[in-house]
Amino acid sequence: MADTITLEVTRYSPELETEPRLQEYEVPLRKDWVVLDALNHIKDKVDGSLTFRWSCRMGICGSCGMMVNGEPKLTCATFLSSYAAQGRIRVQPLRYFPVVRDLVVALEDFMGKLQSVKPWLIRKEEKPLSEGEYLQTPEQLDLYKQFSMCINCVLCYAACPVVGLDPGFIGPAAIALAQRYNMDSRDQGAQERMDVLAQHEGIWGCTFVGDCTKACPKKVDPAGAIQQYKLTATLDRLKSFLMPWGAK
Amino acid sequence: MAKRSNEPILWVLFSAGGVVAAFLIPVLLFLLFLAFPLGWIESPSYTGLLGLVRLPITRVVLFILCFFSLFHWAHRFRYTLYDGLQIKHLNQLIFPFCYGGALVGSVLAGYILWNMG
Amino acid sequence: MSGARQDPAYTEFRPRWYRAHVSTWWWMGRWSYLKFILREISSVFVAWFVAELLLALTALSSGPQDYAGFQEFLRDPVVVAVNLISLFFVTFHAITWFNLAPKAMAVRVGGKRIPDLWIAGPNYLAWAGVSAIVAWFLLRA
Repeated sequence: MADTITLEVTRYSPELETEPRLQEYEVPLRKDWVVLDALNHIKDKVDGSLTFRWSCRMGICGSCGMMVNGEPKLTCATFLSSYAAQGRIRVQPLRYFPVVRDLVVALEDFMGKLQSVKPWLIRKEEKPLSEGEYLQTPEQLDLYKQFSMCINCVLCYAACPVVGLDPGFIGPAAIALAQRYNMDSRDQGAQERMDVLAQHEGIWGCTFVGDCTKACPKKVDPAGAIQQYKLTATLDRLKSFLMPWGAK
Repeated sequence: MAKRSNEPILWVLFSAGGVVAAFLIPVLLFLLFLAFPLGWIESPSYTGLLGLVRLPITRVVLFILCFFSLFHWAHRFRYTLYDGLQIKHLNQLIFPFCYGGALVGSVLAGYILWNMG
Repeated sequence: MSGARQDPAYTEFRPRWYRAHVSTWWWMGRWSYLKFILREISSVFVAWFVAELLLALTALSSGPQDYAGFQEFLRDPVVVAVNLISLFFVTFHAITWFNLAPKAMAVRVGGKRIPDLWIAGPNYLAWAGVSAIVAWFLLRA
């Protein structure tokens, strides 16, 4: 293995330029280093102005998502040695998000979409404390567990072309999280969420490209969640059409 | 409730069309439009084929095939125009072109199948 | 200094975000996007089949001469090429459809999700079965 590897990193300083550019850095190619280690090396030893988000460095906080050679990746989980053959790694901010500075993207849009699907347990009536906790069997847990693994890293948004093409599309993670609550036996908010999701863009912008599931580091399968929800929303529409008097 | 979109209906038509098209079109296209005319497989006689098509069950199956396949195309093509060519702003033209076209094609199919003599 | 500082829409405390424009050729940028667009384009060939079928039925009901004329049309090299390409695309549609169907249906038996192959597999078998039945009816006509 060579001693060093070249990183081509996006630099963007709104005070100084109108468009991002690429800057090259030579970093040590250590067997156990990930891209995040390389970025921190640059910031500590080479160029302190490089700006990027990171936190747990172990793949659970979801902060360090970036495009690595065109693929959305968690930089704390992407080894430099995987790219040793090419000798160069291009590190860019997540696709389809506005760039604030260097590798930092603005996530307000995603946060708004996530909040709109009400990702929390909604109860029509709360049980009184005296009745004890809400019990759930392992089978009931299994219905939504996969979708609960989401760490909001938004790699799926960077993978989904519809996110880039259709600003109204709620997006993979938000829909998967809506499903996480819809399928939770303790939740009673499915109809409330349907009002948001079943709007024209909501979920219907999705054309099942499937790249979101490929990009997900936590195996959430948002594409599956969305298709299942299309079926749910359709059955709900049919039910309300055939039986409009039915209670919610 | 009122502001829920009508996408589910269009999506169901698309899905049904996808299923019907997947099961029936490959074999029909291969036999009717390649194997028979090019002589790879001996084609049925004119009278035999006409007799087969005239059966009520055949006409119904073919109509279902045409109707759902056309609506499958309409839905998929509409989104291809939105996303592929990024012309969603032309929705006023795209929507009627796609679903209107599917409807016209279906009526035409119905007419032809009804009048197979 | 660059023009950025003179920009009236930008103040020192509100940085101008850079929004990249999504190119018209976005679908050529990745193999997975290209495969997706090809899958979507298959719908055009589905519609083409329907059109051809209606032409065939019209020729069939017009009489043996017209039907023979239609057969000649089908033998035209350009038409053959189009139909070969169509066959590829409608088959591609069927395969991608059966492979994706399991994802849309989370079928659970005894509390556990059944593997995708258990849904895709029977679909493929049914496809073979239906095709065989259709072929049988056409060949014995």
